Amino acid sequence: MENDSVAKIVANPKYQHLVSTRSRYGWILTAIMMIVYYGYIALIAFDKESLAARLGEGVMTVGIPIGFGVIVFTIIITGIYVRRANSEFDQLTHEIIEESGK
Amino acid sequence: MSGRQVRVFGGLALALLSAAALAAGGDLGQVEKQATNWTAITMFGAFVLATLWITKWAAARTRSAADFYTAGGGITGFQNGLAIAGDYMSAASFLGISAAVMMNGYDGLIYSIGFLVGWPVITFLMAEKLRNLGKFTFADVAAYRFKQTPIRAFAASGTLVVVAFYLIAQMVGAGQLIKLLFGLEYWIAVVIVGALMMIYVLFGGMTATTWVQIIKACLLLGGATFMAFVVMYNYGFSPEQLFAAAVKVKADSAIAAGKSIEEAGTIGQAIMGPGSFIKDPISAISFGMALMFGTAGLPHILMRFFTVPDAKEARKSVFWATTWIGYFYILTFIIGFGAIVLVSTNPQFLDAKGGLLGGGNMAAIHLANAVGGNIFLGFISAVAFATILAVVAGLTLSGASAVSHDLYATVFKQGKADSASELRVSRITTVALGIIAVVLGIAFEKQNIAFMVSLAFAIAASANFPVLFMSVLWKDCTTRGACWGGFLGLIVAVVLTVVSPSVWEATLGNPKGSALFPYTSPALFSMAAGFIGIWLFSILDNSARAKEDRAGYLAQSVRSETGIGAAGASGH
Repeated sequence: MENDSVAKIVANPKYQHLVSTRSRYGWILTAIMMIVYYGYIALIAFDKESLAARLGEGVMTVGIPIGFGVIVFTIIITGIYVRRANSEFDQLTHEIIEESGK
Repeated sequence: MSGRQVRVFGGLALALLSAAALAAGGDLGQVEKQATNWTAITMFGAFVLATLWITKWAAARTRSAADFYTAGGGITGFQNGLAIAGDYMSAASFLGISAAVMMNGYDGLIYSIGFLVGWPVITFLMAEKLRNLGKFTFADVAAYRFKQTPIRAFAASGTLVVVAFYLIAQMVGAGQLIKLLFGLEYWIAVVIVGALMMIYVLFGGMTATTWVQIIKACLLLGGATFMAFVVMYNYGFSPEQLFAAAVKVKADSAIAAGKSIEEAGTIGQAIMGPGSFIKDPISAISFGMALMFGTAGLPHILMRFFTVPDAKEARKSVFWATTWIGYFYILTFIIGFGAIVLVSTNPQFLDAKGGLLGGGNMAAIHLANAVGGNIFLGFISAVAFATILAVVAGLTLSGASAVSHDLYATVFKQGKADSASELRVSRITTVALGIIAVVLGIAFEKQNIAFMVSLAFAIAASANFPVLFMSVLWKDCTTRGACWGGFLGLIVAVVLTVVSPSVWEATLGNPKGSALFPYTSPALFSMAAGFIGIWLFSILDNSARAKEDRAGYLAQSVRSETGIGAAGASGH
């Protein structure tokens, strides 16, 4: 890529908006995922009983819905990011490319 | 039953450790040869015929190096998601996790979650940048603004080391599994896997490799769904009833082992909560990091990001991969509980001592027989074999790309190689890798190779991932920093693995407790070494090249964010 076209794109406020919004969004979601997973691991490492506690009369424990919840959460949070990136961020990227005259 | 119960609880920690390697596609351990299973062999034959037909179709479309490495970038996000999931749902992951759930209940779930949580992080921080910067191999991304020769040499070493360990583990696993399921000799199984894998890669390149993986992923998901469905059907689709029955089975066998009713109740209920899987938090976190970030450094997984046409499809592929892998782990959990109630109570599947016929990893295979009879047993066995085949084909392709694209075309020919000669070199490498894999697979038959897949993950997390991450996201990263730091991570990962209990004691036969490094996985320390190395050697680097490296960041970041100038699909 030519240096002047790089400079032109970097100077475009839309580009700056895209990069800062997307990277902030990505890092926030990463932090949430880390908190959920390592929180789950810490719960197991330091307080096994809370997960082994029964949920009522039967054998079902608190840990089962929480464990399945982590799996479902992982899928959902990925979906949330992809949905926004594939609509809003891609639209913005498209506009930047158009404006850069490429 | 009593003997089995004692072993179950006595060997609990050990079983999970070995399952750790298994889930990623590793060692199945020494197994007994079974009677020749013609149903399974026939079904597998049908799978092979179908995939050979696909290879013939793919071969007609594989003309250029781009077709060979990335299927011309013409795979959709949905298809690629299935293929990535297929790379992940190895035979040993299916058998290993369901066996771990059958033995330890809840701990198997904790373990499988570790494999899933890396995917969102890859999506948020890496996937689209990889697609926008890369062409054929992950070295294209890492070397984007750096001096090509050293960084390519590093990336090719990182790739080949990871591929070698992963491949040996798969080949040995294939031999053991086939001995177990089909009743064939070990060496015959290894040669069949090697030969078929070479045919797929040689003639069909990435197109054939991807479609073999997609077909297998569909068969495996379909088969596992059917098993989980029948198990749930037997319990009126009530998880509570299934779990209650499983708790009762565990408690009954504890009573049979001479426990008091109260103790037996506790032992039974224990499968519903965390057990001894996570004993020291450092091992847990270190292992979790190897799984989470190793995924983002496995060359055969990264390569799949270049098979889709653009960043949008790359994101879709990780979303679908995460969905299918998550769904698959939910199924294996149900299958593991199904095995507790339907397999461990049925004398047909047990040996004289009350253990599972053929070894602990047979849980899902016996359950297939219990829910679907001999035909379904044959189907699941054939799918398990197909799975190994598909995974080794992807590994070989990624090793061949590192040699032909990174070493031959970029380092050796200084980027002046034409597509035809690059293609020829990758085919020669494929044959060489296939022969090496068969020879090593046979040589390692009797070795304890449980550590190999964990080592591959640790190296990927400590060498490949830090270099990739820092070169894409850190402005001041330089060629020297990336190479030295990357090699440092690689060496620390290998050394710490060698002096860890699983190699020092279990493989090299040193006395128990003599291992210098006490934890399960080196990732926490070796990843730190890799990142700190890259940072330190970069900030200390004042060479003229370092200025060039830093100056190149702006153009790299524009391309990584927008995809302007990125390699598109090569039109068909």
